[in-house]
Amino acid sequence: MTLPTRLPLLVLLLPFAAFVVLAVVAPLRRAGARAGLLSIAAMSVAFMAALVAWVEGFRGEATWSWIPSDGGPIATVGVLVDPLSNAMLVLVTLVSLLVQVYSLAYLGDEPPASLGRYYTYQSLFAFSMLGLVLSPGFLQMFVFWELVGLCSYLLIGYWYQRPAAARAAVKAFWITKLGDVGFVIGIVLLWSATGTFDFGELFARAQEHALAIDGLGTIMFLIYLGAVGKSAQFPLHVWLPDAMEGPTPVSALIHAATMVTAGVFMVTRAQPLFALVPDVLILIGWVGAFTALLAATMACVESDIKRVLAYSTVSQLGYMMAAAGAGAADAGFLHLLTHGLFKALLFLAAGAVIHAVGTNDIFRMGGLFRAMPQTGIVFIVGTLALAGVPPLAGFFSKEAVLSGVWEAHLTVPFLMLALTVLLTAFYMFRVVFITFFGRAFEAGHPHEAPWLMRGPLWLLAALTVAVGIRLAVGGGEHEAPGWLVPLSLASAFVGFALAWAMYQRGLVDPATFSTALAPFDFLARRRYGIDALYAGLYRALVLGFARLIGWIDRYLVDGVLNVLSALTLRAGAGLRGIQSGRAQDYVYGVAFGVLLLFVWAQLWR
Amino acid sequence: MIGLQAYLVLAALVFAIGLFGVLTRRNAVGILLGIELMLNAVNINLVAFARFNGDLAGVVFTLFTISITVAEVAVGLAIVIAIFRVRRTVEADRLNLLRG
Repeated sequence: MTLPTRLPLLVLLLPFAAFVVLAVVAPLRRAGARAGLLSIAAMSVAFMAALVAWVEGFRGEATWSWIPSDGGPIATVGVLVDPLSNAMLVLVTLVSLLVQVYSLAYLGDEPPASLGRYYTYQSLFAFSMLGLVLSPGFLQMFVFWELVGLCSYLLIGYWYQRPAAARAAVKAFWITKLGDVGFVIGIVLLWSATGTFDFGELFARAQEHALAIDGLGTIMFLIYLGAVGKSAQFPLHVWLPDAMEGPTPVSALIHAATMVTAGVFMVTRAQPLFALVPDVLILIGWVGAFTALLAATMACVESDIKRVLAYSTVSQLGYMMAAAGAGAADAGFLHLLTHGLFKALLFLAAGAVIHAVGTNDIFRMGGLFRAMPQTGIVFIVGTLALAGVPPLAGFFSKEAVLSGVWEAHLTVPFLMLALTVLLTAFYMFRVVFITFFGRAFEAGHPHEAPWLMRGPLWLLAALTVAVGIRLAVGGGEHEAPGWLVPLSLASAFVGFALAWAMYQRGLVDPATFSTALAPFDFLARRRYGIDALYAGLYRALVLGFARLIGWIDRYLVDGVLNVLSALTLRAGAGLRGIQSGRAQDYVYGVAFGVLLLFVWAQLWR
Repeated sequence: MIGLQAYLVLAALVFAIGLFGVLTRRNAVGILLGIELMLNAVNINLVAFARFNGDLAGVVFTLFTISITVAEVAVGLAIVIAIFRVRRTVEADRLNLLRG
């Protein structure tokens, strides 16, 4: 083992050590803030190490055999270090670190024991996500893939006393599992066809065109299903908005910046394999673009600030997937990184707003810019980045995605994505105008968040700008069609203008607008009936089946036993008359019996 | 000379009377008396066989039976008195705690 693999391994093991300490040493965990400090200390060292690995551009692979067998190990575990994983390491450790610092203030009112539990989960999550990123093969990736799913479940259900949170946690777990079933079947099929889980070996064979397997398309489709669940692609996107029941920092870290991008990361990582099956790639592109558009329309009518951001996350994940499907996985990955920064920023800023006003409903906020200008500024920075305004980070990655999709001749998905640019600007500025400007609400006394929360916000805002400028200076290798930048800027501007006219100036009444688009408005407000469809299917299929089984159990299985026991009772009741309790009756029996014996002995011998 | 058969018939009659008494008397003391009769029927049998077979073992057995009968009556009457103290009755029909 050399430094290029040892350092990322350190990054991986630090949060794990923090998790083990917090899980085992109960007094420390129950101490709350001190547990947080331990977790933060581990994360900061991990972040430094990740930064070094990224700046130095480490590459390398270290593996250990895990499941040994006669013909060499069936599976290996280890770390795979390359530019892809280095970039993810920095993103994950950075956002984790900032979120953990932010949480110290955001969840400061929690009981210390709960806070300690929160940091235990956070450390476990960081370890799991880093392990996923560093996986050198599908099997290890799957193990960590499930671990992050578990952490997501635990953290969505952090306030498990609230029924809505508990339900949302179960829903998230369930729906992502639907995709994971496909994922695990896919990797096992791939293994049985090739005999290896290792990315390195699989990619090498893919490049030598030695990966001619029957049904590779099906296998890759099944593997893609895992990404559909994890990255909230249509039709399994329904869990992500509900996941907002968790604490806001959790939404920022897990459900915006890191875990939900695991699907995109996996598709990016396995790009050489997906490249062999163009049909699946085209499907990925279409589903991604459709998801982006669908989620954006739902974001336009949502009134819960976190849910707007959640739909926006689904929409942006659609962008990344569309790029991966178009064969421009690099562009998708770039968008993943920039999106991780500015969406974490938006969520944390929204958390500061929620912290200040005590509600999620944007229509009960208003005029907050005066009360909390710093939060307002960083939120607007995030909004501009998300809307794709230069020179912020989101602009360049979004252009890269759009041009990638255009060059892959996916015209309809491209148009959907272009329309989504308009909608993105609209729904984000809708939130900005309603929340930070407009009529101030009398209730409550909004105040600026404490510096522990503002610090991460400013840092993320600065990074959003800095990365944008860095991309503006250094990027530009991709040659996009000349009309692309004006088109997307114009779309974004139209969206902005629309939001401004409707919610700031009142030139257009939102109500007349929604009447004009009544069918869409109707559908989008009801989430296109997808949740209702799933609930109905669940009720019809699962509960119907359960009712059938219940009937069989109650009437067939229990029935037989009930009949048997009733017969026994009946017989006992009939026979109890014999037991008169009078000794003389028994003597009668004895005498009669002896007589019978006597007669029998006399007559039949 | 009276034959063995006559003794056996007598013993059978005494046994039947005793059994009848045991089965039909309602008083516990009467039942004990019935048992006494049945035991004595057995004694008659034993003595009769001893006499006609010329085997003294039967007489010895009879002595045993008589002494055991005495003990049995003593214990049986003691039980009857104990029951009377508790239940204020020795009616066999009302001593039906074992009823199912």
